[in-house]
Amino acid sequence: MTQGQLNGSQILLKALTDQGVDVVFGYPGGVVLPLYDELFKQEAVRHVLVRHEQGAIHAAEGYARSTGRVGVLLVTSGPGATNTVTGLTDALLDSTPIVCLTGQVPTDLIGNDAFQEADTTGITRACTKHNYLVKDVNRLSYTLHEAFHVARSGRPGPVLVDLPKDILTAVGEYLSPHEVQHKSYYPQTKGDPSAIAEVIHLMVNAKKPLFYCGGGVINSGLSAVEKLMQLVHNTGFPVTLTLMGLGAVPASDYHYLGMVGMHGTYEANMAMHDCDLMLCVGARFDDRVTGKVSAFSPNSQKVHIDIDPSSINKNVVVDIPIIGDVSNVLEEILRQWEALIHKPNRSLLTPWWNQIEAWRSLQCLRFETTDNVIKPQRVIRSLYEATRGRDVYVCTEVGQHQMWTAQHFGFDQPRRWMTSGGLGTMGFGLPAAIGVQVAHPHSLVIDIAGEASIMMNLQEMATAIQHRLPVKVFIINNRYMGMVRQWQELLYGGRYSESYSATLPDFTKLADAFGWTGLHVDKATALDEAIRTALDIPGPVIVDVVVDSSENCFPMIPAGAAHNEILLEPAKDAGKALGSEEGMVLI
Amino acid sequence: MIIETKQEARHTIAVLVDNEAGVLARVIGLFSGRGYNIESLTVAEVNPRNKLSRITIVTIGTPMIIEQIKAQLRRLVPVRKVSDLTAEGPYVERELALVKLKGTGEARREALQIAGIFRARVVDSTNESFVFEIVGHSGKLDAFVNLMRPVGLVDVSRAGVVAIARGSEPL
Repeated sequence: MTQGQLNGSQILLKALTDQGVDVVFGYPGGVVLPLYDELFKQEAVRHVLVRHEQGAIHAAEGYARSTGRVGVLLVTSGPGATNTVTGLTDALLDSTPIVCLTGQVPTDLIGNDAFQEADTTGITRACTKHNYLVKDVNRLSYTLHEAFHVARSGRPGPVLVDLPKDILTAVGEYLSPHEVQHKSYYPQTKGDPSAIAEVIHLMVNAKKPLFYCGGGVINSGLSAVEKLMQLVHNTGFPVTLTLMGLGAVPASDYHYLGMVGMHGTYEANMAMHDCDLMLCVGARFDDRVTGKVSAFSPNSQKVHIDIDPSSINKNVVVDIPIIGDVSNVLEEILRQWEALIHKPNRSLLTPWWNQIEAWRSLQCLRFETTDNVIKPQRVIRSLYEATRGRDVYVCTEVGQHQMWTAQHFGFDQPRRWMTSGGLGTMGFGLPAAIGVQVAHPHSLVIDIAGEASIMMNLQEMATAIQHRLPVKVFIINNRYMGMVRQWQELLYGGRYSESYSATLPDFTKLADAFGWTGLHVDKATALDEAIRTALDIPGPVIVDVVVDSSENCFPMIPAGAAHNEILLEPAKDAGKALGSEEGMVLI
Repeated sequence: MIIETKQEARHTIAVLVDNEAGVLARVIGLFSGRGYNIESLTVAEVNPRNKLSRITIVTIGTPMIIEQIKAQLRRLVPVRKVSDLTAEGPYVERELALVKLKGTGEARREALQIAGIFRARVVDSTNESFVFEIVGHSGKLDAFVNLMRPVGLVDVSRAGVVAIARGSEPL
């Protein structure tokens, strides 16, 4: 080895350090052994050993979503790589910056059906933002720097780098990040000022305006969040957020109408339907938000601000598209709004706000409380109240508990809420919480789970113990795959096909077995005490909360229905036609 | 602004890409994964020094779909440039076909006559066969193939559409 030359494993670790990576989530295996040997000899990059590669990628997602930095994972070839596919798809749909490093069989064995060989770049082409197979050690540092650039630029996403074993041992040249010139990937970040002037014109004349904001605001960074807040306050316009956008505007703010979409609030969905100007910022008109597209917000002019041109006019045709980074575009909107000589009179919005207040007065999220059986919504409310003012991060799995958390847990800051939005990955929450806790060792990290979802990545309990990660898991245990059961009740005549959680483990004993603390609570009167106890325990805790098994998540816009066909509660809306043909398809 | 219409139209799209492993699979995967139509697709390196290839895609879709196809293509990392030739002005479109006929006697004479009308060249000949080379718009190739069918056509190989904008400007 001549001076200035390194082997592939050393190049990789140097590239990670130069990219500011301090943690890698991973699992070793045959072809990545040279790299693990190099990891052993250094201290700059910490390795968090998971118990399943899916755990590694969700942990990296939790790390990335809670910090805004790129999450990195390292797995072996074949099954190691294929086990990350769900997580890669999850990160792609939720625009999460990830670099996934996979081992590969030596280059001369590729294509031979070698042991633990899989066509990783072929398999992951459709579920990554981009992927690479490195075939020359002298291209390794370039490829890695470009992978980080692609993962974090524009609309963030997962990038995979496949590393044949011989590349990890071959000797080659290292290039540092500033020596690398990227060929083609430079997304547009500045919005078109003349389009923004048109938007200002619409804003001045709007009688029923609404901001509809999503995860793009959070991905754009803290300055985007601040500018959005300023703009909301300077205009006095109401604002609703998508599932991915929660925390982009403080839940406690008067202008905030709650979440939009299938399980969003009545006021948010009615405002979406009735507004005359919709300002969509960093959201993508997902089917869970729009409902029936042909009846979606029929009387509004629509403005769409997004960094990804392919999000424009994909599901809903908009009047003014603005391609650019949310922060830059909002800055320009704010500048032009402040420069207006005649600002519109705020009293023009009074009728709109009166209407919103009338919708709000229905209190669509209210729920019954009883002294004996625990209502699931009560658990979320109590958790929210018990952690108010604390440095708290919340992850969830997928299903009813996720929607109840989105409805009842108020997020006042961005990057505090980690959930699987686009893909809806059960088993996301526990490993994501582990990733969040690694990034924020002194913060309170909670995973709100269902008893079905938690079973999907249970093995990661061992990871939490090994790395001293005191995550708190609250299982909203209703003995059903609750959301499946809810749809079966409402749409399939109460035929609960395979949705009962049979033969559940005793979660407190399970906690014991893994070295966690396990608590069990089934009485409403004991709930608050159990929450307090759990939060005070220094190590990881599972709280098995047995809740009302028949509770459904409302409000609900049945799939294929319009926003103004939102159902508030089953008794009141009994007899309303649930589930059109179009809706059945959308399920 | 896009007009919302269900009217489908045929578009020829030129794409300049880095000539690297997997780039064609990315483009094709995008079409199959999102359910878009491909009527014709051709690819070849056009700039060996900068390792650039040009892909010509002929596709059919509503205005919304065509916009999506272009936006999705631009999103691919190795894609340098996407140009909708149909939308952006006059362009020239050509396709090449090799057409094999088997036959003797009268059929041979008739085949040669048709080939003459279409300005197709004979590129291979035996006592009982011809291979014709024909270049032109895809519609002309269709017509030629249809006319040759009753006079002994046994095999066709078509190159797919290549296209370039008229005038002095490069892609």
